Amino acid sequence: MLHIVVCVKQVPDSREIRIDPKTNTLIRQGVPAIANFYDMHGLEEALRIKDEKGAVITVVCMGPPPAEKSLKECISLGADRAVLVTDRGFAGADTLATSYVLGLTIQKVAAEFGPVDIVFCGKQTLDGDTGQVGPGIACRLDLEQLTYVQKVEKIDQEARRITVHRHLEDGVEVVETAMPVLITALKEMNKVRRAPLPGMIRAAKFKPVIWTTQDFPGLERAKIGLKGSPTIVSKTWVPEQRHVDTEMIAADTPQATAGLLVDKLWQTELPQRFGWANGSEV
Amino acid sequence: MSEVAEENKKKAADDMPDWSDYRGVMIVVEQRAGKAASVSLQLLGEGRKLADKLETELMALVIGHDVRHLAEEMIYYGADKVYVSDAPELKDYRTRPYSRVCLQVLRDVKPEIVLQGATATGRDLAGAIATHLPTGLTADCTILDVEPHPSRLLLASRPAFSEKMLATILCKQYRPQMATTRAGVFEALPRDTTRTGEVITVENTMKEEEIAAKVLRFIEETERFNLEDAEIIVAGGRGLGGPEPFKMLQDLADALGGVVGASRAAVDAGWIEHKHQVGQTGYTVRPKLYIAVGISGAVQHLVGMQNSDLIVAINRDPDAPIFKTANYGIVGDLFQIIPALTAAVKEKRVLIPQSSAQEGVTHGKI
Ligand SMILES: Cc1cc2nc3c(=O)[nH]c(=O)nc-3n(C[C@H](O)[C@H](O)[C@H](O)COP(=O)(O)OP(=O)(O)OC[C@H]3O[C@@H](n4cnc5c(N)ncnc54)[C@H](O)[C@@H]3O)c2cc1C
Repeated sequence: MLHIVVCVKQVPDSREIRIDPKTNTLIRQGVPAIANFYDMHGLEEALRIKDEKGAVITVVCMGPPPAEKSLKECISLGADRAVLVTDRGFAGADTLATSYVLGLTIQKVAAEFGPVDIVFCGKQTLDGDTGQVGPGIACRLDLEQLTYVQKVEKIDQEARRITVHRHLEDGVEVVETAMPVLITALKEMNKVRRAPLPGMIRAAKFKPVIWTTQDFPGLERAKIGLKGSPTIVSKTWVPEQRHVDTEMIAADTPQATAGLLVDKLWQTELPQRFGWANGSEV
Repeated sequence: MSEVAEENKKKAADDMPDWSDYRGVMIVVEQRAGKAASVSLQLLGEGRKLADKLETELMALVIGHDVRHLAEEMIYYGADKVYVSDAPELKDYRTRPYSRVCLQVLRDVKPEIVLQGATATGRDLAGAIATHLPTGLTADCTILDVEPHPSRLLLASRPAFSEKMLATILCKQYRPQMATTRAGVFEALPRDTTRTGEVITVENTMKEEEIAAKVLRFIEETERFNLEDAEIIVAGGRGLGGPEPFKMLQDLADALGGVVGASRAAVDAGWIEHKHQVGQTGYTVRPKLYIAVGISGAVQHLVGMQNSDLIVAINRDPDAPIFKTANYGIVGDLFQIIPALTAAVKEKRVLIPQSSAQEGVTHGKI
């Protein structure tokens, strides 16, 4: 049977974060923590594969203990098991350190629960917005890497090949590759289901497997947390709005107002640049 | 610079390992079918500034099949040196063969800064390379700068927390310093065919049998609509009230030779497709002229258009924040102003010579 790992991060809903206009700092209070929604589209796709072909789904998450909430949500939707990788030592990780720990975690999942065929990640996280952790994990585990996937077209278990549609800026690329594979999910991939009642009941008493730094014998301390993170935030600021001297245009009628604006536009370099000649022919 | 600041700079540099082996700024060029992505040309423009400030070389890396002609192009757009890897196996972008070539070049050449566009391909490749090297990678930057010698640090700034803040990210303990940057925020240099430079060939060492991924087909977006490269944009927001009035905007855009953009509110309402969306979760644009119609001017919209050369706002609410960013503002009902404006533009224009604007074709920009 297919074994699918889904990486899920619990994030502050950055859409809800406000800036204190007096101090120019973030108001984090009261900001809800949610499962990164791109990740949930990865989970949904795993669930669809499970429904269709049969699969075992393991959800993994690196984060502080309260992240258990997101894992329970995954269980309620139909994931089979969940692992929370949590330790103070992991805190402050950038994408490089995160992919190191998640890579080790997935290796351990494979060792304890069986080889992994597909790893799903979200396209990016709401709080980090980088999209770098997926490729990072693929690299560390030497998996094939398919990013920005909007559709899984076909899984051939016999040949161990998978075909997907990747959404790029200028079109859709249909690509086939070998499993094991890491896929990063777009929200166009599917519509996330609602948890069925039995799922919610199961989730209520569910406890995820907890792994700390102690559980990884080969772990290199220099590669985790803040120490293992090459990038550092040197400062944050609220961007000042570009100051513009706005000229308001008003006349008695819309026609006259429009005429005034057109006159202004015709005083710029635009007409010459775009070949709008000066004339009055219609 | 004050002496204290000078001292601090030195100290900062002292903390860092000796990176004197690593010199130069490298742009990893993205191309499809032998045509360079506009973000890559924009990056050459920005990279030129950084390289000049560091008194070092600007390099470009071109990977693909039948792409040799791009080497010269990259020089015309600002590169001093271009590395080219041209092989049939490299025709389509695939992570493994492309990262193999990239890693080989980065390990040999040792640039101190490596930049790519934050496109699907750029992010896919950069994420793989940074992990392999390993080094730090900052995604989706909108402002780049460098500290001069001796620290030579890349100051990579990017939006954070849904564009509400900007954060500057540094990478002190690893080289090269890597970043991906958003399309549309930097400006390409004018193409200068008198520029000369050096072209270096890089062998592809990966054979087709070693590559598991096969690109079966590419379905190009049927309608060639390109908001990012448009020089004139007429954008509509929730104030339009429905899909119909967008036709009115299209008329104005046609009369000016531009294209139609939209706010997220209009896209979310289903009045217009996402490919028209300007802003944080849409496109970043910097046209010569941006006309915002019935758009309030939320930060997430402004980040996508505030670098436009000339901004006109039309809104019935005199307190709409969009007016603060606009060069010209009209307070009024868009349903009256827009038809009047279209008529006034048509009246000013001559039909002859027939310009492409009449067919609604965009004036291309890199
Ligand atoms: C994470 C996140 C990402 C986002 N990304 C984007 C993004 O990429 N792009 C984006 O645009 N937004 C984005 N938003 C949404 C943004 O916050 C605003 O909600 C959105 O830009 C509002 O769109 P609007 O200005 O069209 O609508 P509104 O704010 O509702 O403004 C409509 C305006 O139309 C005017 N109006 C109404 N009727 C008329 C009339 N008859 N004549 C003249 N004026 C009229 C009103 O006075 C008003 O100012 C994002 C938000 C979040 C949280």
